[in-house]
Amino acid sequence: MKIIVSNRSGVPIYEQIKAQIKEAIFSGELQEDDLLPSIRQLAKDLKISVITSTRAYNDLEEEGFIVSVQGKGCYVLPQNKEMARENALRKVEFGLTDAISAAKAGGITKDEVAEMLKVLYKEDDYE
Amino acid sequence: MNNILEVRDLNKSYDTFSLKDVSFEIPQGYIMGFIGPNGAGKTTTIKSILNMIHYQSGEVKLLGMDSKDKAALINEQIGVVVDSPLYVEDWTMSDVELAVSPFYRHWDSEKYAELLKRFGIEKKKKVKELSRGMKVKIQIAVALSHEAKLLILDEPTSGLDPVARDELCDILADFVIDENKSVLFSTHITADLEKIADYITFILNGRIVFSGSKENLLEKYVLVKGGQREINSEQRKLIIGLREYGTGFEGIAEAKSIVRFPKNLLIEPVTLDEIIIYMNKGAKLHE
Repeated sequence: MKIIVSNRSGVPIYEQIKAQIKEAIFSGELQEDDLLPSIRQLAKDLKISVITSTRAYNDLEEEGFIVSVQGKGCYVLPQNKEMARENALRKVEFGLTDAISAAKAGGITKDEVAEMLKVLYKEDDYE
Repeated sequence: MNNILEVRDLNKSYDTFSLKDVSFEIPQGYIMGFIGPNGAGKTTTIKSILNMIHYQSGEVKLLGMDSKDKAALINEQIGVVVDSPLYVEDWTMSDVELAVSPFYRHWDSEKYAELLKRFGIEKKKKVKELSRGMKVKIQIAVALSHEAKLLILDEPTSGLDPVARDELCDILADFVIDENKSVLFSTHITADLEKIADYITFILNGRIVFSGSKENLLEKYVLVKGGQREINSEQRKLIIGLREYGTGFEGIAEAKSIVRFPKNLLIEPVTLDEIIIYMNKGAKLHE
């Protein structure tokens, strides 16, 4: 699994770590019961503070992605389909919001966008 | 959470300078950065912790033990790293071991040899032949060879190049992978701390201005910039270390106060350096 952090992006480092671990879980790269790098090892490897890596893992635990087992480490929890769907929906929403603002900026109507969506969606179906 | 070091209400007066009620603590397993301008009291505090100077009142507890009662026992648990070590210039690395090892019950000669090797320092090298970076490393090698639980570094990075500083940060991060060990790291080079420090203690004119997690400190203040006519005299008072110039002003303010400023000001996250600079300036303006 890849975890890298940017010190210049303006996004808090614990958020960057969370997002990358979530992505690995959603993509199936991290499976149920997989062991994550230890909090202190991750802090050392990424040259960040232990508090930062702890915060990322604590959040992930609260959100039900991982579980920390005393003395052993953090493991990936099984993900239900509902959550994966929620995540997919959110991604679609993001993409569409982008498309809509591009359309508005370019003076393209809602109907035109809808038509384009239909065509593109069909094209995908035929593949 | 257990504290490896607790400093309570430390007072020490000199003719022109004094430490006033200095208190802070370091939990086990974390790195604390100790920052402040020159003359703020960093070295005086460290010397008090190490019992190298007498302080008028206050208490220093190391691993739960009073530092005055159990001085010998405690010195074994601390590793000290300073800018230039107090070893005799003509000593070789083997002489250094001969000289310091009798002071420690848990001296591990094999570990010392292994660390020298890892740091790329030959045993027959003399102290005077070491580069600045190596002088820091040899002190760390000594500290790690006697199983120190707390590393205290007093400005070790001031003369180091970026490569040596990066190596030092790696060594420190490695040290605290063991959750029982902690580091107190006094430095001017705050970029190192912005990366690896968990906690920051900020001292100014002998008083502790802030001691807590680095995130809390960096979230507590913001950098504010704008045109001179954009703020009124009330808002001006909220800015710490205000600097006015021909075409604008800048300073830091508490993040919670930004709702009281006009919206068109430029508000940015603050760095540790900026906190030191503006707080120092703010303190001088009040003198």
